[in-house]
Amino acid sequence: MSLTELERGMRGELPKRLSLLMIMPTAALLIGVITLPTLLLLATSFTSPELGFKNYYKVNDPLYILVLFRTMIIAGATTFLAVCLGYPVAVLIARSGKIVAAVAIACVLVPLWTPVLIRSYAWIIFFQPNGLVNRYLIESQLISKPLRILYTDAAVVIALTHVMLPYMVLPIANSLKAISPDLPKAAQNLGAGAWSIFWRITLPLSLPGIFAGCLMVFVLTLGAYVTPALLGGPSTLMISTLIGQQITILLDWPFAGALSLVLVVLSLGITAVFRRLLKLERVVAYD
Amino acid sequence: MTNARLSLGSSWLLFPVSWAILLFLIFPTVVVVVLSFSPSIFLDFPPKSLSLKWFYELADDPSWLNSGLFSLKIAFLTTIVSLIAGTAAAIAVVRSNLPGKQLFMACVLIPLIVPHIVVAIAVYLQFAQLGLVGNTLGFVLVHAALTVPYVILMVSAALQRLPVTYEMAALNLGATRQQCFRKITLPLITPAVLGSGVLVFVTSFDESVVSYFLSGVTQKTITRRLFEEIDYNISPIIAAASTAFIIITVGLMAMLTIFRRRES
Repeated sequence: MSLTELERGMRGELPKRLSLLMIMPTAALLIGVITLPTLLLLATSFTSPELGFKNYYKVNDPLYILVLFRTMIIAGATTFLAVCLGYPVAVLIARSGKIVAAVAIACVLVPLWTPVLIRSYAWIIFFQPNGLVNRYLIESQLISKPLRILYTDAAVVIALTHVMLPYMVLPIANSLKAISPDLPKAAQNLGAGAWSIFWRITLPLSLPGIFAGCLMVFVLTLGAYVTPALLGGPSTLMISTLIGQQITILLDWPFAGALSLVLVVLSLGITAVFRRLLKLERVVAYD
Repeated sequence: MTNARLSLGSSWLLFPVSWAILLFLIFPTVVVVVLSFSPSIFLDFPPKSLSLKWFYELADDPSWLNSGLFSLKIAFLTTIVSLIAGTAAAIAVVRSNLPGKQLFMACVLIPLIVPHIVVAIAVYLQFAQLGLVGNTLGFVLVHAALTVPYVILMVSAALQRLPVTYEMAALNLGATRQQCFRKITLPLITPAVLGSGVLVFVTSFDESVVSYFLSGVTQKTITRRLFEEIDYNISPIIAAASTAFIIITVGLMAMLTIFRRRES
């Protein structure tokens, strides 16, 4: 540890003081703009209107527990739909030639780069009472009165699945691409059928990608705000829109702080727990 | 034989399903862009004729242009702040043996996990007292904090691929640290720095939750403007504004992707 400045320089290492100085701006931004304000917000939930857990007794109200429960259900349903729809797309990307794969990847990335706000606008155009979906269904005489789709949980789940699909497709496609082509070939030579190759080789080896995608989608959906705010109704609140409502309509900062603590603990907690699972999976897969 | 690579059931059954899902993915973007060229106020799809009517109306309304320029200004300044802070931190983390490097890198990921709604109201609560709501500095500070992780992740990955021997050789041949940085390190990590810059720019321009809460009455970002409009009416003028928006973000990200593919 007692290297001289010259020796350190020759090893390409930066002096300690300089590197601390270089980390400072980022540390200041992250602590000053994200960490400190967030902690202060969470703190108000314990200190105001009086010291104690009053705001958390309020979270425990059946009404709000229902919102929490609905948030988990919506996140779960979105994750499930995203896996089911994402896997076939990932297989197409991993198996196709260069040009077909490029077209498919473009179809995944363009929506990812289209702001969620604009995509919500598109879903409103589709789902509203005289929107494209209802007009099509009435014209083809499948229904006589327009269906109520907008401002329901179904609209929120469909739109959220659309938002989250790219985050599912990309990690699965990466894990599929990483499978050595020799493995399915060897299985084929040993007489395995297409289905048994899928169930016993492709699917197990793509599990790390599936786990990564599910983790990302579930956590992102828990905190999603724009989609439920625009496509959900007052009866389809999620925890994030409930937090927004406390600020924009009710001005109840301490309760918003309490709800935020629940959301942050859920997001960070799930990430931490599943990360460990992910690593465990890798150990099992590669050792 | 690419088809033999990952044998999976019958590809003839699978691939139509995959393409249908890809159609579902691309459809909303396509519908918005196509509708912006429809002359009708009723959102008919497909439109019976094409016109630039809504784009003229958009150009005639200075409030759209103003919020667009405000967002572009924020995105530009955010990119500069985020790139300087993030590149410096990435170099310090990769090229030093500071204690707690791993901890720092773990903390850098936190802004990517904490939901934006929480950051948005937390920042709003503090910034309102500091007079930073609805002004450029406030937006740039939050957007830089939210995007600096991307810069650190991308630049530190590039630095780790870069053999330290190049820098050692320059230093041994008598270059000062500054010369070594300017002539060796910086040129070699420039693609990663520029790439993360595009990502930062687009992320800031796209950001809607923090922008929703931090926008003032007069100084509104384009995302806040879109948010309000979409919530009250769904006029085709929003489609025209969205199309302009999509051209900027998709154009920039497509350029970045093509550039990076060529690199590798």
